[in-house]
Amino acid sequence: MAATTVEPGALRERRTALHENYLNVKHTVASWLLTIDHKRIAVLYLVSISFFFVIGAAAAGMVRAELTSHNGLFLTNEGYNKAFTIHGIIMVFFFLVPAIPATLGNFLIPLMIGAKDLAFPRLNLLSWYLYISGGVLALSALFLGGVDTGWTFYTPYSSIYSNTNVVIMILGIFLAGFSSIATGMNFIVTIHKMRAPGMTWFRLPLFVWAHYATSLIMILGTPVVAITLLLVVVERTLHLGIFDPALGGDPVLFQHLFWFYSHPAVYIMIVPGMGVVSEIMACFSRKRVFGYTFVAFSSIAIAVLGFFVWGHHLFVTSQSMYSSMVFSILSFLVAIPSAIKVFNWTATVYKGRIWFTAPMLYAMGFIGLFTIGGLTGLYLASLAIDVHLTDTYFVIAHFHYVMVGGQIMAYLGGVHFWWPKISGRTYPEGIAMLAAVVTFIGFNLTFFPQFVMGYQGMPRRYHIYAEEFQFYHILSTAGATVLGVGYAMPAFYLLWSLRYGKLATANPWGAVGLEWMTPSPPPTHNFEDTPTVTWEAYAYRSDVEEEAQADRESMPGLGEAVEEEAELDRREGRTPPEFGGAPAGD
Amino acid sequence: MPEEASTYAGPYDLLFLALTILTVVFTFLVLGFLIFLAIRYRRGARVDRSRPISHDIRLELTWSIIPLLLGLGVFAWAAVLFPSVYRPPANAEEIFVIGKQWMWHIQHPNGIRENNELHVPTGRPFKLTMISQDVIHSFFIPAFRVKRDVIPGRYTTAWFQATKPGKYHIFCAEYCGTNHSEMTGYVYVLTPEDYQRWVENNGPSGEAPGSTAVLTMAEAGHQLYTQLACGTCHDPDALNRGPLLEGIYGTQGKLPNGQPAPVDNTYIREWLLNPSERLSQKYQQSMPSYKGQLTEFQILQLAAYIQSLRPGGAQPPPTAPSTPQRRRRGGNAAPIAAGGSQPAAAQSPQTTLTGAAGATTPAGAQATNTGNQNGSNNR
Repeated sequence: MAATTVEPGALRERRTALHENYLNVKHTVASWLLTIDHKRIAVLYLVSISFFFVIGAAAAGMVRAELTSHNGLFLTNEGYNKAFTIHGIIMVFFFLVPAIPATLGNFLIPLMIGAKDLAFPRLNLLSWYLYISGGVLALSALFLGGVDTGWTFYTPYSSIYSNTNVVIMILGIFLAGFSSIATGMNFIVTIHKMRAPGMTWFRLPLFVWAHYATSLIMILGTPVVAITLLLVVVERTLHLGIFDPALGGDPVLFQHLFWFYSHPAVYIMIVPGMGVVSEIMACFSRKRVFGYTFVAFSSIAIAVLGFFVWGHHLFVTSQSMYSSMVFSILSFLVAIPSAIKVFNWTATVYKGRIWFTAPMLYAMGFIGLFTIGGLTGLYLASLAIDVHLTDTYFVIAHFHYVMVGGQIMAYLGGVHFWWPKISGRTYPEGIAMLAAVVTFIGFNLTFFPQFVMGYQGMPRRYHIYAEEFQFYHILSTAGATVLGVGYAMPAFYLLWSLRYGKLATANPWGAVGLEWMTPSPPPTHNFEDTPTVTWEAYAYRSDVEEEAQADRESMPGLGEAVEEEAELDRREGRTPPEFGGAPAGD
Repeated sequence: MPEEASTYAGPYDLLFLALTILTVVFTFLVLGFLIFLAIRYRRGARVDRSRPISHDIRLELTWSIIPLLLGLGVFAWAAVLFPSVYRPPANAEEIFVIGKQWMWHIQHPNGIRENNELHVPTGRPFKLTMISQDVIHSFFIPAFRVKRDVIPGRYTTAWFQATKPGKYHIFCAEYCGTNHSEMTGYVYVLTPEDYQRWVENNGPSGEAPGSTAVLTMAEAGHQLYTQLACGTCHDPDALNRGPLLEGIYGTQGKLPNGQPAPVDNTYIREWLLNPSERLSQKYQQSMPSYKGQLTEFQILQLAAYIQSLRPGGAQPPPTAPSTPQRRRRGGNAAPIAAGGSQPAAAQSPQTTLTGAAGATTPAGAQATNTGNQNGSNNR
């Protein structure tokens, strides 16, 4: 602990660091749009995925409002189909996949391993431009009239029958796919080659392990979906028979190829969240994560096994019964590493010193919702049970428990946890804790009724539905309203905190980890000197006295120093660091 | 709990219940521990925090292996039950289902046709042989816990035995386009007596004209066989221009791609639509393709006709089971309505032979289809 390389006492130098950080080093629009600083690119991503989240959420709001009546309310059948398609595509490809890796991962991985930047800073910027180009194409498909295929693009509907803007939308997803390939490549090389001296593999924070696993999936899986979707475009435009049996193709082939990526993609959308939760649980339990190696390797196990379970989406197609059995048992196996993580997080709390903060509440919410989401996944992995449940609201509820209850809770937890580091400001704790609780309640109210109606046979993607399901739909919409409030609250107080929040110290949570050993916000090159790591990950001590001592040792004077700095600023009437120069246009 | 109306629903719900109990127990266990420990060890609480542990291999193995064993148990239970959904018993009676945007056509072997409705008696197993005319659909009867995708270009099957008279939902469960949510219907489960009465009244006589439901599928297939002049090559006196059809159903043959396969509906469909020049060379005449000329219904009718040809009893009339009483009404109505468009053909497939000029090429099918989508979006 004591061997940190941040030099104690060098007040003048830190003072410079505070004033010259990655945010205020330059203020021009060009300095943002052409930046190769991983932290600025992370902020660009943060702003852009928030923008897409709003669009996806608006579509979800339309769907939920429409479903309060079993005969429809204000949309045509076609309009409804386009609304849920946009919701799915935007949320999956433009929000959930990049949500944690491209923002928190981008920002934190170099900081956590003691590097000055990612291995390929220009590739990192390119990935953001690919993402934005993909997003622009997706939005133009939307404004040209939308797409009605569902985010799954099942053939031959998407390749032959749909007369909406399938091609433009697919090209948008294709580009966005390359942005995640670029990000994954960058992370893998960075984690291999740029760790600080002493930062061995088993001293890496679990957040980094999770991102390593995620990156593997990104670079191995994404090309497959890119090619598959391109084949849909080929069949649509050139009428080459690939998927349509009338042209000599095989419609189920598409489902195999699509899920070969899209099931692992589910893990792209959850494993980074698990990494965030590991960090938060350790910090606010003041303890090393229980069973570090098991948690680390469970991420890798999920990434590897995740590639062999795609066939569990095809139990009711014409897939052979024996293939189905193999896919089923593999799907049960992939549940084990997830279970290991949940148990280890729970054990982390034992004999800890639990500090209830907004990030901690989000992380605990994650564990609860992910447990339910994971266990209901077993229903769908069970052959006979899946026959009745597949393509019903049970599936919708299940994957929203994982994707929304899991990943978005973790994402929000992570954004709060590292907000002081990213913005240099602290957020208001009380209202943030309230937002976490509101989100948790709203989420359950939205999606729990969907399990019930799914079991009763309510099919997904139904605009007009049987009257007996209306009660559950109304409950669900009511929940979605509460959930909407829960999501809107952070948007307001986090923006508010950019100007009015208290200045953050380097380490407001008293956390360990290299990212907390550099000022908030960090300077452009992250560390004044490359740190040398001589301690294990999560070197927290749970004993009160010992820990206070440990805190003093790990942060020799730095925390206090930064506050002193801020005080000095205020007295001298200097402008405190601002979140100025945010990219224009959003 | 949703209604249980088939022999499969009971075992299904039992397994569902077992897994639900496991889920609830595990959820409460995890959340209970998490909340209890978090509160007990909250900051500022005076509790014993001495000797904290950060890893324990025995604990890790315990909570890996117990869930693994439980999981494998559930897997095995579900895997044992699974074949019983899709493997019909030998005595199951066949019903044909054709999905198209956005309707279900049901064809009983005895000739009765229904749209978006299915009448079955309790106590008898029924096998559904299903195919789609356009995109992928999925035939779903929640009360039976039965679902199977209905795919273009290949037959899929499902089966059930209803146990409880009543009216239950039929849903299309695979998203299939604009009016997907209206591709629904009802299955009417009748007592055996009511069902008998329903059959004698020619099925849905209130909706479809009785005259369309007079020919059994095999009889309709025989008519097609005659109209298409299949006999030129396949009749017993055809001098080896083509293979004889008597008794071949159920024997081993070769698919057009050369693979050995039993002669069944799939086999017949393949040979009708994608015949192989090479494999038919041992006969004087090679088989022409009927792609675009036959609806899915007509293919099934031809298959039913071939199935009805017993070895020896070679000559028509076919001997498929049919209810004699049903033949009261207009038994000879079988005009050839040439050149009908595909939807029209689907309305009365027994009596409609789409023009031989190939009015339903794939491109044509697509055009019809997109037209449909625009036209029927009336809300």
